[in-house]
Amino acid sequence: MNEQKQSLADLQHIKQMMERSSRFISLSGLSGIAAGICALAGAWWAADYVNGRKANLIDADIATTTAGSYGYSLIFNTWLFWIAAATFGAALISAFFFTWLKSKKQGVPLWGNTARRLLINVSIPLLTGGIFLLHLLQHGTFGLVAPGCLIFYGLALVNASKYTLNEIRYLGYCQLLLGLIALRFNGYGLCFWAAGFGVLHIIYGVYMWWKYERN
Amino acid sequence: MINPIEHLNKLFDSRVRLGIMSALMVNEQVSYNDLKELLNITDGNLASHLKALEESGMLKVQKGFVGRKTNTTYSVTKAGEKAFKAHINALEQMISNTR
Repeated sequence: MNEQKQSLADLQHIKQMMERSSRFISLSGLSGIAAGICALAGAWWAADYVNGRKANLIDADIATTTAGSYGYSLIFNTWLFWIAAATFGAALISAFFFTWLKSKKQGVPLWGNTARRLLINVSIPLLTGGIFLLHLLQHGTFGLVAPGCLIFYGLALVNASKYTLNEIRYLGYCQLLLGLIALRFNGYGLCFWAAGFGVLHIIYGVYMWWKYERN
Repeated sequence: MINPIEHLNKLFDSRVRLGIMSALMVNEQVSYNDLKELLNITDGNLASHLKALEESGMLKVQKGFVGRKTNTTYSVTKAGEKAFKAHINALEQMISNTR
Protein backbone atom coordinates (compact mmCIF):
# COMPACT_ATOMS: atom_id res chain seq x y z
CA MET A 1 0.00 0.00 0.00
CA ASN A 2 1.10 3.52 -0.71
CA GLU A 3 0.57 4.85 2.80
CA GLN A 4 2.57 2.01 4.21
CA LYS A 5 5.45 2.75 1.88
CA GLN A 6 5.27 6.42 2.80
CA SER A 7 5.40 5.63 6.53
CA LEU A 8 8.36 3.34 6.07
CA ALA A 9 10.18 5.96 4.03
CA ASP A 10 9.45 8.56 6.73
CA LEU A 11 10.82 6.32 9.46
CA GLN A 12 13.95 5.62 7.43
CA HIS A 13 14.38 9.33 6.88
CA ILE A 14 14.06 9.97 10.63
CA LYS A 15 16.64 7.29 11.43
CA GLN A 16 19.04 8.64 8.83
CA MET A 17 18.71 12.21 10.08
CA MET A 18 19.25 11.11 13.68
CA GLU A 19 22.41 9.24 12.75
CA ARG A 20 23.77 11.90 10.45
CA SER A 21 23.32 14.63 13.03
CA SER A 22 24.86 12.73 15.94
CA ARG A 23 27.37 10.25 14.54
CA PHE A 24 30.32 10.54 12.21
CA ILE A 25 29.30 8.02 9.56
CA SER A 26 31.97 8.59 6.93
CA LEU A 27 34.54 6.35 8.61
CA SER A 28 35.51 3.95 5.85
CA GLY A 29 36.28 0.27 6.20
CA LEU A 30 39.13 0.80 3.76
CA SER A 31 40.69 3.13 6.34
CA GLY A 32 40.85 0.18 8.75
CA ILE A 33 42.44 -2.06 6.12
CA ALA A 34 45.01 0.61 5.20
CA ALA A 35 45.92 1.28 8.83
CA GLY A 36 46.25 -2.47 9.41
CA ILE A 37 48.62 -2.88 6.47
CA CYS A 38 50.74 0.04 7.73
CA ALA A 39 50.89 -1.59 11.17
CA LEU A 40 51.98 -4.96 9.76
CA ALA A 41 54.66 -3.27 7.64
CA GLY A 42 55.85 -1.30 10.66
CA ALA A 43 55.97 -4.41 12.84
CA TRP A 44 57.93 -6.32 10.18
CA TRP A 45 60.36 -3.40 9.89
CA ALA A 46 60.71 -3.17 13.69
CA ALA A 47 61.16 -6.92 14.28
CA ASP A 48 64.93 -6.96 13.63
CA TYR A 49 65.47 -4.08 16.04
CA VAL A 50 63.31 -5.63 18.74
CA ASN A 51 65.08 -8.99 18.43
CA GLY A 52 68.46 -7.29 18.57
CA ARG A 53 69.52 -8.43 15.09
CA LYS A 54 70.06 -4.77 14.21
CA ALA A 55 71.35 -2.06 16.52
CA ASN A 56 68.49 0.05 17.82
CA LEU A 57 70.63 3.11 18.55
CA ILE A 58 70.99 5.57 15.71
CA ASP A 59 74.09 7.33 17.05
CA ALA A 60 76.05 5.19 19.52
CA ASP A 61 78.21 8.14 20.64
CA ILE A 62 75.29 10.11 22.00
CA ALA A 63 74.11 7.02 23.84
CA THR A 64 77.31 6.61 25.85
CA THR A 65 77.07 10.14 27.19
CA THR A 66 73.54 9.56 28.41
CA ALA A 67 74.09 5.99 29.60
CA GLY A 68 72.04 4.86 32.54
CA SER A 69 69.17 7.24 32.04
CA TYR A 70 66.32 6.90 29.60
CA GLY A 71 65.78 10.57 28.79
CA TYR A 72 63.89 11.81 25.76
CA SER A 73 67.16 12.39 23.90
CA LEU A 74 67.88 8.68 24.20
CA ILE A 75 64.38 7.68 23.13
CA PHE A 76 64.65 9.93 20.07
CA ASN A 77 68.01 8.30 19.30
CA THR A 78 66.46 4.87 18.70
CA TRP A 79 65.31 3.42 15.39
CA LEU A 80 62.26 1.95 17.06
CA PHE A 81 60.92 5.34 18.07
CA TRP A 82 61.14 6.64 14.51
CA ILE A 83 59.71 3.41 13.04
CA ALA A 84 56.78 3.78 15.43
CA ALA A 85 56.34 7.44 14.50
CA ALA A 86 56.51 6.68 10.76
CA THR A 87 54.04 3.80 11.13
CA PHE A 88 51.62 5.98 13.06
CA GLY A 89 51.93 8.79 10.52
CA ALA A 90 51.44 6.49 7.53
CA ALA A 91 48.43 4.80 9.15
CA LEU A 92 46.86 8.14 10.02
CA ILE A 93 47.33 9.60 6.53
CA SER A 94 46.04 6.52 4.69
CA ALA A 95 43.09 6.15 7.08
CA PHE A 96 42.25 9.81 6.60
CA PHE A 97 42.46 9.47 2.82
CA PHE A 98 39.85 6.71 2.52
CA THR A 99 37.50 8.38 4.97
CA TRP A 100 37.83 11.62 3.01
CA LEU A 101 36.99 9.66 -0.14
CA LYS A 102 33.89 8.13 1.46
CA SER A 103 32.62 11.45 2.79
CA LYS A 104 32.94 12.92 -0.71
CA LYS A 105 30.98 10.00 -2.14
CA GLN A 106 28.26 10.39 0.50
CA GLY A 107 28.13 14.12 -0.03
CA VAL A 108 28.49 14.90 3.68
CA PRO A 109 31.10 17.36 4.90
CA LEU A 110 34.14 15.71 6.47
CA TRP A 111 34.60 18.33 9.15
CA GLY A 112 31.66 19.23 11.33
CA ASN A 113 30.05 18.80 14.70
CA THR A 114 30.15 15.01 14.56
CA ALA A 115 33.77 14.82 13.39
CA ARG A 116 34.83 17.21 16.14
CA ARG A 117 33.07 15.20 18.84
CA LEU A 118 34.58 11.96 17.55
CA LEU A 119 38.07 13.45 17.47
CA ILE A 120 37.85 14.84 21.00
CA ASN A 121 36.60 11.55 22.42
CA VAL A 122 39.24 9.48 20.65
CA SER A 123 42.01 11.87 21.65
CA ILE A 124 41.43 11.92 25.40
CA PRO A 125 42.32 8.25 26.10
CA LEU A 126 44.88 8.21 23.28
CA LEU A 127 46.86 11.25 24.45
CA THR A 128 46.73 10.05 28.05
CA GLY A 129 48.03 6.69 26.89
CA GLY A 130 50.77 8.30 24.81
CA ILE A 131 52.10 10.32 27.73
CA PHE A 132 51.89 7.29 30.01
CA LEU A 133 53.82 5.13 27.55
CA LEU A 134 56.54 7.75 27.08
CA HIS A 135 56.90 7.71 30.84
CA LEU A 136 57.23 3.91 30.79
CA LEU A 137 59.96 4.21 28.16
CA GLN A 138 61.80 6.73 30.33
CA HIS A 139 61.80 4.18 33.11
CA GLY A 140 62.96 1.45 30.78
CA THR A 141 59.81 -0.62 31.18
CA PHE A 142 59.75 -1.69 27.54
CA GLY A 143 57.74 -4.86 28.11
CA LEU A 144 54.60 -2.92 28.97
CA VAL A 145 54.62 -0.70 25.88
CA ALA A 146 52.85 -3.09 23.47
CA PRO A 147 50.10 -4.13 25.91
CA GLY A 148 49.78 -0.47 26.91
CA CYS A 149 49.27 0.61 23.28
CA LEU A 150 46.56 -2.01 22.83
CA ILE A 151 44.78 -1.21 26.09
CA PHE A 152 44.69 2.57 25.65
CA TYR A 153 43.71 2.22 21.99
CA GLY A 154 40.93 -0.17 22.97
CA LEU A 155 39.63 2.30 25.54
CA ALA A 156 39.75 5.09 22.95
CA LEU A 157 37.68 3.02 20.52
CA VAL A 158 35.07 2.03 23.11
CA ASN A 159 34.77 5.69 24.07
CA ALA A 160 34.54 6.78 20.42
CA SER A 161 31.85 4.27 19.47
CA LYS A 162 29.10 6.57 20.74
CA TYR A 163 30.07 9.13 18.13
CA THR A 164 30.55 6.99 15.03
CA LEU A 165 29.47 3.65 13.56
CA ASN A 166 28.71 1.46 16.55
CA GLU A 167 30.68 -1.58 15.35
CA ILE A 168 33.92 0.09 16.36
CA ARG A 169 33.00 -0.75 19.96
CA TYR A 170 33.66 -4.44 19.26
CA LEU A 171 37.02 -3.63 17.71
CA GLY A 172 37.74 -1.76 20.95
CA TYR A 173 36.77 -4.75 23.10
CA CYS A 174 39.05 -7.02 21.04
CA GLN A 175 42.01 -4.63 21.37
CA LEU A 176 41.44 -4.39 25.13
CA LEU A 177 41.27 -8.16 25.50
CA LEU A 178 44.39 -8.65 23.41
CA GLY A 179 46.24 -6.04 25.46
CA LEU A 180 45.28 -7.73 28.73
CA ILE A 181 46.36 -11.14 27.43
CA ALA A 182 49.65 -9.62 26.19
CA LEU A 183 50.44 -8.61 29.78
CA ARG A 184 50.89 -12.31 30.58
CA PHE A 185 53.24 -13.05 27.66
CA ASN A 186 56.49 -11.24 28.24
CA GLY A 187 58.71 -10.95 25.16
CA TYR A 188 55.91 -11.38 22.64
CA GLY A 189 54.85 -7.74 22.70
CA LEU A 190 55.48 -7.09 19.02
CA CYS A 191 53.45 -10.18 18.01
CA PHE A 192 50.47 -8.98 20.02
CA TRP A 193 50.95 -5.46 18.74
CA ALA A 194 50.93 -6.70 15.12
CA ALA A 195 47.89 -8.88 15.80
CA GLY A 196 45.95 -5.97 17.32
CA PHE A 197 46.91 -3.04 15.14
CA GLY A 198 47.49 -5.11 11.99
CA VAL A 199 45.27 -8.18 11.82
CA LEU A 200 42.29 -6.87 13.84
CA HIS A 201 42.22 -3.62 11.86
CA ILE A 202 42.17 -5.53 8.58
CA ILE A 203 39.42 -7.91 9.74
CA TYR A 204 37.36 -4.97 11.01
CA GLY A 205 37.99 -2.99 7.82
CA VAL A 206 36.96 -5.84 5.53
CA TYR A 207 33.81 -6.45 7.59
CA MET A 208 32.82 -2.76 7.55
CA TRP A 209 33.54 -2.42 3.86
CA TRP A 210 31.50 -5.54 3.15
CA LYS A 211 28.60 -4.31 5.25
CA TYR A 212 28.39 -0.64 4.20
CA GLU A 213 30.44 0.13 1.12
CA ARG A 214 30.38 -2.88 -1.18
CA ASN A 215 28.22 -1.18 -3.80
CA MET B 1 -10.32 -0.37 14.57
CA ILE B 2 -9.00 3.17 14.92
CA ASN B 3 -7.49 4.60 11.83
CA PRO B 4 -3.83 5.24 12.65
CA ILE B 5 -3.69 8.05 10.11
CA GLU B 6 -5.60 10.15 12.63
CA HIS B 7 -2.64 9.93 14.99
CA LEU B 8 -0.19 11.22 12.43
CA ASN B 9 0.67 14.79 13.25
CA LYS B 10 -0.08 17.13 10.36
CA LEU B 11 2.71 19.37 11.60
CA PHE B 12 5.30 16.72 10.73
CA ASP B 13 3.91 16.21 7.26
CA SER B 14 7.16 17.41 5.67
CA ARG B 15 10.58 15.88 5.19
CA VAL B 16 12.29 19.05 6.38
CA ARG B 17 10.33 19.17 9.63
CA LEU B 18 10.94 15.46 10.21
CA GLY B 19 14.65 16.10 9.69
CA ILE B 20 14.73 19.06 12.07
CA MET B 21 12.91 17.13 14.81
CA SER B 22 15.07 14.02 14.31
CA ALA B 23 18.27 16.03 14.74
CA LEU B 24 16.91 17.80 17.83
CA MET B 25 15.81 14.53 19.42
CA VAL B 26 19.34 13.11 19.51
CA ASN B 27 21.28 16.31 20.20
CA GLU B 28 20.94 18.62 23.18
CA GLN B 29 21.00 21.55 20.78
CA VAL B 30 21.70 22.07 17.13
CA SER B 31 22.81 25.30 15.50
CA TYR B 32 21.07 26.87 12.54
CA ASN B 33 24.10 26.29 10.32
CA ASP B 34 24.35 22.62 11.26
CA LEU B 35 20.66 22.15 10.43
CA LYS B 36 21.13 23.87 7.10
CA GLU B 37 24.07 21.64 6.28
CA LEU B 38 22.28 18.49 7.43
CA LEU B 39 19.11 19.13 5.45
CA ASN B 40 20.81 20.81 2.50
CA ILE B 41 18.10 23.44 1.92
CA THR B 42 17.91 27.19 1.41
CA ASP B 43 17.72 29.73 4.23
CA GLY B 44 14.18 30.79 3.42
CA ASN B 45 12.90 27.24 3.35
CA LEU B 46 14.59 26.27 6.62
CA ALA B 47 13.53 29.47 8.39
CA SER B 48 9.86 29.02 7.53
CA HIS B 49 9.82 25.42 8.78
CA LEU B 50 11.66 26.39 11.96
CA LYS B 51 9.16 29.17 12.55
CA ALA B 52 6.20 26.84 12.11
CA LEU B 53 7.69 24.36 14.60
CA GLU B 54 8.53 27.12 17.05
CA GLU B 55 5.06 28.65 16.90
CA SER B 56 3.45 25.34 17.69
CA GLY B 57 5.76 24.94 20.71
CA MET B 58 7.79 22.02 19.37
CA LEU B 59 11.17 23.73 19.73
CA LYS B 60 12.96 26.47 21.63
CA VAL B 61 15.26 29.06 20.10
CA GLN B 62 18.39 30.32 21.82
CA LYS B 63 20.14 33.31 20.33
CA GLY B 64 23.78 33.82 21.16
CA PHE B 65 27.01 35.09 19.75
CA VAL B 66 30.21 33.42 18.65
CA GLY B 67 32.58 36.36 18.45
CA ARG B 68 30.56 38.91 16.50
CA LYS B 69 28.53 36.43 14.52
CA THR B 70 25.08 35.51 15.69
CA ASN B 71 24.76 31.87 16.60
CA THR B 72 21.20 30.64 16.84
CA THR B 73 20.67 27.20 18.30
CA TYR B 74 17.53 25.13 18.62
CA SER B 75 16.44 22.48 21.07
CA VAL B 76 13.34 20.38 21.41
CA THR B 77 10.68 21.18 24.03
CA LYS B 78 8.97 18.61 26.27
CA ALA B 79 5.82 18.98 24.20
CA GLY B 80 7.80 18.59 21.00
CA GLU B 81 9.45 15.43 22.26
CA LYS B 82 6.08 13.95 23.18
CA ALA B 83 4.45 14.90 19.90
CA PHE B 84 7.32 13.55 17.83
CA LYS B 85 7.39 10.24 19.72
CA ALA B 86 3.64 9.89 19.16
CA HIS B 87 4.19 10.58 15.48
CA ILE B 88 6.85 7.88 15.24
CA ASN B 89 4.54 5.42 17.01
CA ALA B 90 1.76 6.24 14.56
CA LEU B 91 4.12 5.68 11.63
CA GLU B 92 5.13 2.31 13.07
CA GLN B 93 1.50 1.39 13.53
CA MET B 94 0.73 2.27 9.94
CA ILE B 95 3.29 -0.27 8.86
CA SER B 96 2.23 -3.09 11.14
CA ASN B 97 -1.52 -2.55 10.61
CA THR B 98 -1.51 -2.75 6.88
CA ARG B 99 0.76 -5.76 6.75
